[in-house]
Amino acid sequence: MSLVLEKVFRHVEGIDHLHDINIEFKPGSFNVLLGRTLAGKTSLMRAIAGLDKVTSGKVSIDGEDVTGLSVQKRNISMVYQQFINYPNLTVYDNIASPLKLSGTPAAEIKKRVYETANMLHIESFLKRYPLELSGGQQQRTAMARALVKDAQIILFDEPLVNLDYKLREELRQELRELFKARNSIAIYATTEANEALALGGTTSLLHCGRLLQSGPAIEQYHKPINLHAADLYSEPPINIFRGNISESQISFENYASFPAANNFPSIAPGDYSFGIRPSHISLVPKNGSDIELSVKVDVAEISASETFLHVANNDLQMVLQLSGVHDYRTNTAVNIYLPPEKLFVFDPLGKIIKAPSISGAGDHQ
Amino acid sequence: MNKVQNNKAWFLVLPVFLLVAFSAVIPLMTVVNYSVQDIFDQNNAYFVGLEWYQEVLSDPRLQDSLARQFLYSGTVLLIEVPLGICVALMMPTRGWTASLSLIVLALPLLIPWNVVGTIWQIFARSDIGLLGYVINGLGIDYNYTSNPVDAWITVLLMDVWHWTSLIALLCYSGLRAIPDAYYQAARIDRASSWAIFRFIQLPKLQGVLIIGVLLRFMDSFMIYTEPFVLTGGGPGNSTTFLSQTLTKMAIGQFDIGPAAAFSIIYFLIVLLVSWLFFTTITHLDKDKVKEQSHD
Amino acid sequence: MAEIHLKALAHSYSDNPQSSADYAIHEMEHVWHQGGAYALLGPSGCGKSTLLNIISGLIKPSHGSVLFDGVEVNEVATQDRNIAQVFQFPVIYDSMTVYDNLAFPLRNMKVAKDKIDSKVKEVANTLDLTDILHRKASNLSADAKQKISMGRGLVRDDVSAILFDEPLTVIDPNLKWKLRRQLKQIHERYNITMVYVTHDQLEASTFADKIALMYQGKIVQFGTPRELFENPNHTFVGYFIGSPGMNFLSVEKQQTNSGTQFSFDGIALPLDNNQKAVLSNSSSSNLKVGIRPEFIQLSAAEHPDSLPCEVIHTEDLGTYKIVTVLMGQQELKIRLGEEQQPPTKTAYATFPSQWMKIYIDEYLVDNNSGDTGDE
Repeated sequence: MSLVLEKVFRHVEGIDHLHDINIEFKPGSFNVLLGRTLAGKTSLMRAIAGLDKVTSGKVSIDGEDVTGLSVQKRNISMVYQQFINYPNLTVYDNIASPLKLSGTPAAEIKKRVYETANMLHIESFLKRYPLELSGGQQQRTAMARALVKDAQIILFDEPLVNLDYKLREELRQELRELFKARNSIAIYATTEANEALALGGTTSLLHCGRLLQSGPAIEQYHKPINLHAADLYSEPPINIFRGNISESQISFENYASFPAANNFPSIAPGDYSFGIRPSHISLVPKNGSDIELSVKVDVAEISASETFLHVANNDLQMVLQLSGVHDYRTNTAVNIYLPPEKLFVFDPLGKIIKAPSISGAGDHQ
Repeated sequence: MNKVQNNKAWFLVLPVFLLVAFSAVIPLMTVVNYSVQDIFDQNNAYFVGLEWYQEVLSDPRLQDSLARQFLYSGTVLLIEVPLGICVALMMPTRGWTASLSLIVLALPLLIPWNVVGTIWQIFARSDIGLLGYVINGLGIDYNYTSNPVDAWITVLLMDVWHWTSLIALLCYSGLRAIPDAYYQAARIDRASSWAIFRFIQLPKLQGVLIIGVLLRFMDSFMIYTEPFVLTGGGPGNSTTFLSQTLTKMAIGQFDIGPAAAFSIIYFLIVLLVSWLFFTTITHLDKDKVKEQSHD
Repeated sequence: MAEIHLKALAHSYSDNPQSSADYAIHEMEHVWHQGGAYALLGPSGCGKSTLLNIISGLIKPSHGSVLFDGVEVNEVATQDRNIAQVFQFPVIYDSMTVYDNLAFPLRNMKVAKDKIDSKVKEVANTLDLTDILHRKASNLSADAKQKISMGRGLVRDDVSAILFDEPLTVIDPNLKWKLRRQLKQIHERYNITMVYVTHDQLEASTFADKIALMYQGKIVQFGTPRELFENPNHTFVGYFIGSPGMNFLSVEKQQTNSGTQFSFDGIALPLDNNQKAVLSNSSSSNLKVGIRPEFIQLSAAEHPDSLPCEVIHTEDLGTYKIVTVLMGQQELKIRLGEEQQPPTKTAYATFPSQWMKIYIDEYLVDNNSGDTGDE
């Protein structure tokens, strides 16, 4: 079964919540919606669920137009950011509730509840009440309720955001495993790029109600369609700065200029925005062609195995992601090196002109 | 672009629409009908235009009771709102005392208007009523049946006793909705109790207070039963409020035409003031939305 | 100025605690030094919020005492403790402008008007709030509101510690980076003790000079992020710090032709003699070897001392990759750099012996001295 949205718009009081969304979710696929707060992730899910009417456009499941169909008539389940369970029912009854509503025979209910509880490792809490459980267990219960009824479409609206970091890691991995064997369409909304990368599947990038790009997250990380897409992969955020390409040289405003050489032979002279990932900048030149910039250290954030070095030169601000511990005091002058082959080039409207080539591309699983 | 999203929804409103039509709109139109005609019997009705309205508006009896009414509603709000807030602030927040105070506060709200009137009628009597007797015993000459000021105070006291709970309960629920972190932050900022009230509690109570003020205004503006039971509107006309004047006119004197015109004016005043409140609320909200969309 | 000393501190929510399970905070001795940037890290329910509330005075500890600069403050009310707190959800005074919000604590303390003005402007400047000083605070974004909450602490000269309770919870990822950087700069500019409570190891380790990792009401390790990463003194620290956490292998003693070996699923680990001696000397049967995913080397070709394994999954996170391999029955996580390509099927993993940590009964045993690892 597949889910198709065609030319879907939703306006509320003159504000675009969804703008010309065209997207197809394949049968049995795992899909991630990645975007900032208010990018349209929840709006899109609500439109799919039938909780909100679309202003125009068509939603169809398996070729059948469901645009006007109410949420009760679509076979959908949803997991929310908040842990939503029935507080006066036990975990067992919580999980069983959608089956009871659909009139499933008791024996079948029992079997399915146990199966689902096993899958989510909550089989030992079935007799307890949700409020007696930890946050992680409560969210597992909510997930079990969504999974137990074999819905065609399962929507996850930032389900892990209220959980501990370590629990997120575990549940993310479990979710990935869980959906390998299922035939339903899973759609998972998040603001965190790392979640999209870790969950795999197809990622759709949303920005201001518009769909920017769809495909495997790692491809988007390497080849974002525009500045907004590049910026959504933000762990840490990409460094962006303005510059100019002329026949003979490339300059970054007044910070640096260097001979054009053969760096961007196919790009016409003009003003551009340049981008570079924090992990691609280094403190020592790796290559003769590396671009040298003199900057001052703002602050060094040292995590266990790496350092995020925030540097600045007047209004140019950059972050470097370096492996190992590099402890610099504020205002220390350092030289940083940008390999030109790792530069992203965007036109003045933000559209990508050139993305760096990846070594050993196409080898991803 | 602002297309109607689901036309079917209008059908669902239809029953309510019919109900409102029969219960409010049609009776109201009858009143309008009376107010522009002079009717002697079924076959003798004359269109008189706005004559009744002019008569009513220039009637000193009505002008007096209108002024009295505004004075009364204003006083009621000035006493009950601050008092209600104070009571809410002093109520215990947890344990059995909290439940007990909720019940005690809710009790007056459950008593019918005429019973409240009767209770106070007896309670405040200077000969056998506890309150009246005690006040007189203190050497103060108090008699609500003969002294207009005493009658006023008694009616006000009765209203405050009956309705302050409503404001208190509304504020209590509003106060409970304020997260603890706000109080903690205020303590850390060394805010005085007054500053906590002024900058945390009062702003967060704004919503419930507007509802409370609206309800109390409408209710007190239409007060009838209590003063009627207590003093019958006296002594003289000192506690005769609008609704009682209207009743006298319509039923006592059978001046249907002026009474109808008066009803319409009465209705419009309540509507106008309620509308003013309503637009204030929505206006406040709109401003917020506008500013947000500029961000 | 404040040095915060938790002296024989313990806390139980029950009036008459019987067993250790009744304690939210187990007895501890701990010092936060003046001017330090500290993180209190741990999973939910570990007691970190209780501990924070004890420091701020919102909870009175049931046992022991809290000392500020050597003076017991158990009975001192929150407002008299010279601390400021930033909460998980932004707390601002809705009806006031940003300026009035920042001026509020000073006005409450009856500071002179011109002093208030200069202080508010200085702090607004530090926090990049100057442009919005005269806007109503209620309509701002979450990150601006959090900055205002923090600003109310910074305007006061008498504040010597700021406590943060998961302050970035409601902030979008890209803004988290900005805000964290500002926090760090503020700490460098003002000589203020900062204690930052979080469950996120990245937030903790980038913010703090030293992290106290809490688990089940105890501080299990207190050290620099690097110490916690390289020498976790308890298996929980190894698991909780790092993404993914440390790999742990339960090993058994085996006598073979080549001498004593410690192995799992029949696979002998290439431990050095010191490590073997430590393990041999233990009478416990709970023996584990831990190694970080960052320190395992993976290659397609066999090397001396390398162990064969099977690659079962590769997760490409852009800046690095997480490879899951199966060795015996054991799943191991290995972290590879951006440029490294993981082998596809059979691979060989090398475990550098200096990065293999020995855990007996879940506690780290120092390879060199044979002492238990906790100080």
